[in-house]
Amino acid sequence: MKKKNAWSWLTLVFLAALLGVWCTSVMADQPTQVVKMTAKRYEYTPNEITLKKGTPVILEITALDRLHGFNCPDLGLRADLTQGTPATIRFTPQKTGRFPFHCDIFCGDGHEEMAGAIIVTE
Amino acid sequence: MKAIDRREFLKLAGIGGVVFASGLGSMAFAADKKAGMEDFFFVQLSDTHWGFDGAKANPDARGTLQKAVAAVNSLQKQPDFIVFTGDLTQTTDDPQERRKRLGEFKEIISQLKVKNIRFMPGEHDASLDNGAAFKEFFGDTHYTFNHKGINFIVLDNVSDPTASVGEAQLLWLGTVLKKFDTNDRIVIFTHRPLFDLYPQWDWATRDGAKVMDMLMPYRNVTIFYGHIHQEHHHVTAHIPHHAAKSLIFPLPAPGSVPKRAPVLWDPAMPYKGLGFRGIAAEKAKKEFAITEYPVIKG
Repeated sequence: MKKKNAWSWLTLVFLAALLGVWCTSVMADQPTQVVKMTAKRYEYTPNEITLKKGTPVILEITALDRLHGFNCPDLGLRADLTQGTPATIRFTPQKTGRFPFHCDIFCGDGHEEMAGAIIVTE
Repeated sequence: MKAIDRREFLKLAGIGGVVFASGLGSMAFAADKKAGMEDFFFVQLSDTHWGFDGAKANPDARGTLQKAVAAVNSLQKQPDFIVFTGDLTQTTDDPQERRKRLGEFKEIISQLKVKNIRFMPGEHDASLDNGAAFKEFFGDTHYTFNHKGINFIVLDNVSDPTASVGEAQLLWLGTVLKKFDTNDRIVIFTHRPLFDLYPQWDWATRDGAKVMDMLMPYRNVTIFYGHIHQEHHHVTAHIPHHAAKSLIFPLPAPGSVPKRAPVLWDPAMPYKGLGFRGIAAEKAKKEFAITEYPVIKG
């Protein structure tokens, strides 16, 4: 009985390992969407980005004129945008919807208008 | 000064309004008239944004502050002190213009009868130069004072443009709080919300949670702030937060519309959503009674 249980456990572990390898392989085949953005007083370009749920994304954001922030609280994304140095945010959206983002480092008179949205579809 | 009861206080204060009891406990006014105990009240004004120019939001941007000064001066009983919770001026990139606006603001509010006035910056006043100009006109951006047994702490969450209090100020806060007993009454004045009111609109403080953690052991803390241009009340555990209306234009309720933008002026209801508040400290009850006043009597 003990020998039978041991074989069952070994089989389970082997199958789990196979599943892990398969998943990694599937993910590795997923194309990563790269979205380049710029930020300057008082706008992001583009300020609306459409993504697909489950597709890995790299946001590459470059501040053109001064330090800005990028904050998308609903997706848990945040970065400082130092002038001239692209900031990279990697994530895979797991839920659909419209998720606003904004500049969270005060940058001047139009700071409150510096905003956009990430739209995630199925 | 003799102790006064609530009805007499409200009569003395003049214009009525909705009275909100802050803190735990009932609204019953103190019947305890122990010798030496007295009530007092102070006035909070916020987000005056002197220098703002936008007729669709406020065609009287150059006159609203003066009207607020007149309204405070017309209270039948004058407050013990007045506090401005930030965004005194509208931001500008020009350091000279920034100082001009701070100077003009200071000149206008010098007409207040009460000379005991406390100030703190908002991001519009301080975020572009780390508070340098503000300090020239109004002194320290964070400090403490005691008034009739209540400990007041002014926190600066705007001179750092990332909307943070910062480690140095947190250390300072720690040394201040160590001097207090956990039952002492503490009032925090600050500009931005210290909790995540609506981060999607930047209505938060990046290290606000650290501040709240430091305040949690203290049983009688109340926070008054501005920034969001509307009356708002929230409680974190036992600590109430009260946001004040602005004196320039209202903003929408959090998340009520897609974009955070000024609520436009309604000529049929001028100055709607603008105002200031009186806060009555009831020493025996350890709670505050808040009265909201309009800029213009309706």
